[in-house]
Amino acid sequence: MATYLEFERPIAEMTSKIEELSLMGDDADINIAEEVERLNKKKDELVHRIYNNATRSEVAQLSRHPDRPNLLDYVPLIFDDFQELHGDRAFADDAAIVGGIARFREHSVMVVGHQKGKTTKEKIHRNFGMAKPEGYRKALRLFRLAERFDMPVLTFIDTSGAWPGIDAEERGQSEAIARNLMDLAVLKVPVISTVIGEGGSGGALAIGVGDRLFMQKLSTYAVISPEGCAAILWRDRKYAPQAAEALKPTAVDMQELGLIDGIIDEPKDGAHRDLEGAANFLAEVLYNSLTELLQIPVATLLKERENRLRNLGEFTRK
Amino acid sequence: MSWLTRLIERPKTILGKEGDTPDGLWIKCAGCSDTLYNKELERSEMVCPRCGQHVRVSAAQRASFLFDVDSYDECDTNLFSQDTLNFKDQMRYTDRIKAANKKAGNGDAARNYLGDIKGVTTSVTMFEFAYMGGSMGSVVGEKIALGMERALERRCPYLLITASGGARMQEGILSLMQMAKTSSVANRLQEAKLPFVCLLTDPTMGGVSASVAWLGDVIIAEPNALIGFAGPRVIQETVAEELPAGFQRAEFLLQHGLIDEVVDRREQRDYLKTLFEHLMARAYRQPN
Ligand SMILES: [Zn+2]
Repeated sequence: MATYLEFERPIAEMTSKIEELSLMGDDADINIAEEVERLNKKKDELVHRIYNNATRSEVAQLSRHPDRPNLLDYVPLIFDDFQELHGDRAFADDAAIVGGIARFREHSVMVVGHQKGKTTKEKIHRNFGMAKPEGYRKALRLFRLAERFDMPVLTFIDTSGAWPGIDAEERGQSEAIARNLMDLAVLKVPVISTVIGEGGSGGALAIGVGDRLFMQKLSTYAVISPEGCAAILWRDRKYAPQAAEALKPTAVDMQELGLIDGIIDEPKDGAHRDLEGAANFLAEVLYNSLTELLQIPVATLLKERENRLRNLGEFTRK
Repeated sequence: MSWLTRLIERPKTILGKEGDTPDGLWIKCAGCSDTLYNKELERSEMVCPRCGQHVRVSAAQRASFLFDVDSYDECDTNLFSQDTLNFKDQMRYTDRIKAANKKAGNGDAARNYLGDIKGVTTSVTMFEFAYMGGSMGSVVGEKIALGMERALERRCPYLLITASGGARMQEGILSLMQMAKTSSVANRLQEAKLPFVCLLTDPTMGGVSASVAWLGDVIIAEPNALIGFAGPRVIQETVAEELPAGFQRAEFLLQHGLIDEVVDRREQRDYLKTLFEHLMARAYRQPN
C-alpha cells in the first residue's frame, strides 16, 4: 500500500481515478485509452506542481516519506556483488548503519550508510536509522579498511539523528561522532557523500565528511529537525513548519549556500514512487563524480578536502 | 522548556540569590547553601571553598585565573557573526546577536588567548557560555581554527576550554559544518605532534561535544560538569526511563572511560603545566 502525505492527497485521488478508469472496458461513448492518457498527463502536471512548489516543511516530510527508498533498496540496483561487513569489533553490530564492499561498474568501492528500515519489524531492528556509537565505529572501521585497499568510499545519509539514549551516552556517542569527523577529513581515498533522505545533524555528518556532497532533490540536511528546533526556539513543536522555513534545509538551499556539489534529480513522481528511476539518476551522478575524483592524486585530493573544510562558515571580519 | 534553555538559565540558580547587602557582596552557594563572601569565592577561582561547587565563569575571568599575571593577550577579536540565513524565530538572529553583545561582550561565544600557564606559552580558545549559551556558529568555528593555527605557528600547545549548549541553530547547517571544520584542523596539530588538550566545563553538549571537544590528546573535565551528546531531557523523553544517578556528569564519564581525568579548577594550572611539559619533552627524539 502506497502512503500519501496530506499535501499529496490530490495525487492519490488522481491515481485512483486513473486506475478505476483503466479497469473499465471500452465504452461506446468514450475512448478509455484516450481518457487515461489525458488524465495521466494531468497527473504529471499535478505532481510537478506539488513537488516543485513544495514548502520547506513539505520537503522535510518528503525526505522522510515512509515509502522513500532506503540504502539497501538502492544497493542491488546500483552495485553488484555487495558483501555486507558487520560490527565494530568492540561491542556490537549496529544495524542502523550498514556497510560493505561492492562493485560499482568497473570499480570496487566501500558503501556505508544509514538504514532506517521499511517494515515495523525492520525499523525496530534498525532503531529507525538512529545509530549508536558502535554504528559510527563500524563505519570508521570500514573507512579505514577502504583506505588500506585504496578503495573509494561512497556514503549515504538518511537519519533523523544519532540515537539520544542512555546506552549511547555511556559508550561515548560524542567521541564516536567526533572521531569520524576527524579521520574522514584525512582519509587517503576519495569520499563521496549523498543525502538520500533525511540529513539529521551530527548523526548525519559523522558519515558525511569528504570530497563531494550531493543531495537528492527531495532530501534535506539540517543542524536540527524542524520539530526539535521549534521545541527550543518557539518552545512548541507545532511551529515545526516555521522552523523548517528558517533552517533552510532543502537541496536548493544547500546549493545556494554553496555547501553541496550538486542536486541529484529524482524521477517525476519522486524517489518514493519510482525506485528504479531514482537509482538511475543516483548512479549516473555518483559514477561521474567518482571518475573525476579517481584522476586526482591523493596529495591534491587531501589538500583540496582540507581547504574545503577550513573555509566552511560565513562571518564578518572587521 | 527545553534542556538548552534551562542550561542557559541555570547560572542564576548556581550563583543563588544575592544576599541582603545591596552590592551583592554575599552569594549563596547552590551546592551547600552556605553564604559566601564574594571576594572569598573569587580568591578560590569561583569554587566554593566549603563544598567544591564550580561556579560558571566568564572567559575573561577564567583567563585571569589560568594565565600567569600579565602574560596573556586576547587574539582574533575582529570576527563577528552575520545572519546569512536571514534567520528569524520569535526573534531575529541579528537582534539576538545585539542582545548577546550587550550581555556578554562582542567577542561572540568563544575567545582566543595566547598566554603563559606557569611559564608554558599556550594558545587557548575558551567558550563564553553567557553568549547565546556558548553556541558554536561560524565565528566560534573560525576562532577554534585560528587558535589551533596559532599553536602550529608558535609550535606551542593548544588548549580548548568548552562550555556550550551545542550548535548555533540560527546559523542552520553552517553551524553543523563547524563541527567538520574544527575536527579537520585538529589533524594538523596531531601531524605536528603538538599537544592538544580539551578541558570540558559545565556544560558541554551537542555539536561541540560531538566534535572538537572530544579530539584532544588528553581530555579533562571540571568536577560535576554536565557533558554529553544529547540533552538529559531529550534522552528522558526518548527512552522514558529514569536517568542513572550522576548521568552525564564528569565523574560518570570518568567511570565510563570517556575522559582522562577530573581536575579541580584550582589545580588546573599545575596539572596543565606538568602535562604540557611531559608531552613536549620528547625523550625519544627521532635521529636526524
Ligand atoms: Zn558550596
